[in-house]
Amino acid sequence: MSPLSRREFVAAGVAAGAGLVIGFYLPHGASSNKESFSPNAYLRITPGNKITIVVARSEMGQGVRTALPMILAEELEADWKQIEIEQAGASTLFGDQTTGGSASIRTCWDPMRKAGAAAREMLITAAALAWGVPRSACTADSGRIRHAASGRSASYGELVIKAGTLPIPTDPPLKQSKDYKIVGQGLPRLDSPAKVTGEAVFGIDVRLPGMKHAVLSRCPVIGGKVSGFDDKESKKISGVSYVGKIGDSAVAVVANSVWSAMEGRRVLNVTWDEGSNKDLNTAAVIASLKQAASKKGASVYLAGDPAKVAGRRISAEYQSPFMAHAPMEPGNCTAHYQGTKCELWAPTQVPQDCRDSVAAAIGLDPDRVKVNVTLMGGGFGRRLEHDYAVEAALVSKAIKAPVKVIWTREDDMRFSTYRPASLHQLSAALDGSGFPVALTHRIVAPSISGQKGQPGPNNVDPDLPDEAGPVYGIPYYSIEYVMTETPVPLGWMRSVYALQAAFALESFIDELAVAAGKDPLEYRLHLLTKDQDLQYFATTWHTARMRGVLQLAAEKARWNKPLPAGHYRGIACFGCFASYMAEVVEITMENDQPRVHRVVAAVDCGQVVNPRILEQQIQGGIVYALANALRAKITIQNGRVVEGNFDDYAPLRMDETPAVEVYSVSSTEAPTGIGEPSVPPLAPALCNAIYAATKKRIRALPVLS
Amino acid sequence: MNDITLRVNGSERKVSVSPDTPLLWVLRDTLELSGTKFGCGAGLCGACTVHIDGDAVRSCSTPVSQVAGKSVTTIEGLSASEGLSASGLHILQAAWIAEEVPQCGYCQTGQIMSAAALLKKTPHPTDDQITQAMNGNLCRCGTYERIRKAIHWAADAANNARRETAKNRFQDEEHGNGGAQ
Repeated sequence: MSPLSRREFVAAGVAAGAGLVIGFYLPHGASSNKESFSPNAYLRITPGNKITIVVARSEMGQGVRTALPMILAEELEADWKQIEIEQAGASTLFGDQTTGGSASIRTCWDPMRKAGAAAREMLITAAALAWGVPRSACTADSGRIRHAASGRSASYGELVIKAGTLPIPTDPPLKQSKDYKIVGQGLPRLDSPAKVTGEAVFGIDVRLPGMKHAVLSRCPVIGGKVSGFDDKESKKISGVSYVGKIGDSAVAVVANSVWSAMEGRRVLNVTWDEGSNKDLNTAAVIASLKQAASKKGASVYLAGDPAKVAGRRISAEYQSPFMAHAPMEPGNCTAHYQGTKCELWAPTQVPQDCRDSVAAAIGLDPDRVKVNVTLMGGGFGRRLEHDYAVEAALVSKAIKAPVKVIWTREDDMRFSTYRPASLHQLSAALDGSGFPVALTHRIVAPSISGQKGQPGPNNVDPDLPDEAGPVYGIPYYSIEYVMTETPVPLGWMRSVYALQAAFALESFIDELAVAAGKDPLEYRLHLLTKDQDLQYFATTWHTARMRGVLQLAAEKARWNKPLPAGHYRGIACFGCFASYMAEVVEITMENDQPRVHRVVAAVDCGQVVNPRILEQQIQGGIVYALANALRAKITIQNGRVVEGNFDDYAPLRMDETPAVEVYSVSSTEAPTGIGEPSVPPLAPALCNAIYAATKKRIRALPVLS
Repeated sequence: MNDITLRVNGSERKVSVSPDTPLLWVLRDTLELSGTKFGCGAGLCGACTVHIDGDAVRSCSTPVSQVAGKSVTTIEGLSASEGLSASGLHILQAAWIAEEVPQCGYCQTGQIMSAAALLKKTPHPTDDQITQAMNGNLCRCGTYERIRKAIHWAADAANNARRETAKNRFQDEEHGNGGAQ
């Protein structure tokens, strides 16, 4: 699978998931399986009435192992307490299994509903046939089919043998939202009990008989290679059994415990060929962005020709640094190479990519590589890469034994794939009242997919369709993208380019409001007064829905009421991953530094599947975004990443965490993303609050640099 | 390699490891107690928190030799070490579920161990005391405010349970006295 698949996957889902539905009814069904009723790959019901729903996305904290089964169970009219779940590994049955782009719910919504509904209809037919009554006289409810007139009822399990002989309906009727009993309920997460007792098995907890442990020494300079190594000292460490080169740029130390492997690596002597990046530093990367800014960009969105609009002009430039995901569970993967086949236990967002890259690396056909998906201790996009899986497979092949490769925190920080540094040039032409008639936003940044060999059509990074969309119906509006290059490894980090795009745009809108002498909320609402549908790639943005979240956030934050002395607030809104989000941040300034007391967030993400998980995701996204805004910065010096652990790349701790209130717009529209949309508005809302407090405009992240 | 004896979750365990091995890896690799997590290896994140003689300690930065003869409690032994709630969970584990704390869940066993050490010394902590006790435990999913609520929940529940026990005992005594007359 190409690196583009993440985008293709999202696009397919937005286009009603047609491809996924076709891939969905595969001959894995009941007719070929007498043991259980399995009308599609997502569902199995045994005659003993055990109902298993298969989750074909990866659980990294966002709640898919609860929310996705809820959707299927709703249409199945199942008794939720009966549901058991099973995690799918890499498969050919589910279409693209990539977990990213805040897409699990929005792309599985239709397939999961249809899977449940098809099974429900078949069970109703089976009961009607068995009882010799009209189908229309039978109903499904709480895991049973009932015939009211005769008082007869049967559990689903009792009906599965019969149901398995029936044709699978291709277009079963779907429930109306007013009849939902499971979807929309704040049901407890199914994965919580194991996570509080320590029983939950994350990738790092996988244990196989005879398994070895490995850590790798990687060239500290980006793109450098191994020129030689001396393992004399390593082999003196008790438990170290193997030291060998893995690929061109790493040496693995294998031992019978993690600690022995780490000790072996500590005394390993590798000489590196540092290559062409040994003098690279952050300043040069920023300079290259500034230089590229004068180039002509690709048009991402265009309404009218903003350059031709006359009027008073305001222009500004914003900048954002490289950042690292830093999930709590460091990179790891367990592999067992067995000559003609290989099995992986991977904490991964991309089981199919793991399968395919491992197959290529060790010379097997992809169908000879089995990928088991474990729980993940956070992902945030880092586990959209598959480097850890390839390393584990190569080490296992080298030592002919099962092995778990573990990355240390320093490995995770220094050999990550980073959120791209970017530069943003904004310019607006204003009318007599100070509102923009024309607005241009030039995004200058290296392309993540471009670096991976898939730059996307028309030189527009394939992520920008989800992440740089127009928010306001400004008559003349242009979004341009200048694609640059960098040797710094790039990756998709929570909200991807939307963080930078929103920081720049929503700070700029605040500047315009200040210049016009208008309240920033009223200013935005004025720009959204007219109901407009803004077509942007596969998404249509509705100004009315953006207005709705702004008004909701403002009302809940009591925007029109004065704050206590010394308190200031800022507001921002943004749309990405098809969801609408507005946030109000309230701060005080202490020793010239902002202290965030309260964040009020309002979201319109269509139908809410599970409000408890929604609240978790938005609270978590805001805390993640606040850490990004305040401090997150990866520095390159002499071709090396400087930051190494949680001391110099410091996440938020409890003492800095504000109260976060989450409100959602009641909606029956199809659900849209929730994992990422809360991230982008936070930095501009914070910086706008800082401006309100200090009259100082933050033009480069992080705030505390 | 040395033979070191420690008491883990109430059982005596003899391990044969290099004495500078961090307790974390002895627990995870040697004793196969993988509920204690590796996060930073430098005492910065708290994912590896366990109790040593009742105190919350970062096991990634504690050589196993320092623990010889001491009593170690991990998440696997927490509920047994402090008495069970009705569901078989420690009161904090029940609170974590009730307040829907875990997202990815990776840091949460360490968070619970830190919270358990806090509640032992301070059964009804203030917000400031919670912040002070929990500030060394990182969570990248941003669950801190739910953790705070869960600790208050557990403190209230524990107090209610204590009141309940006291009340029952009082009633039992009254009943007992009545029977003796």
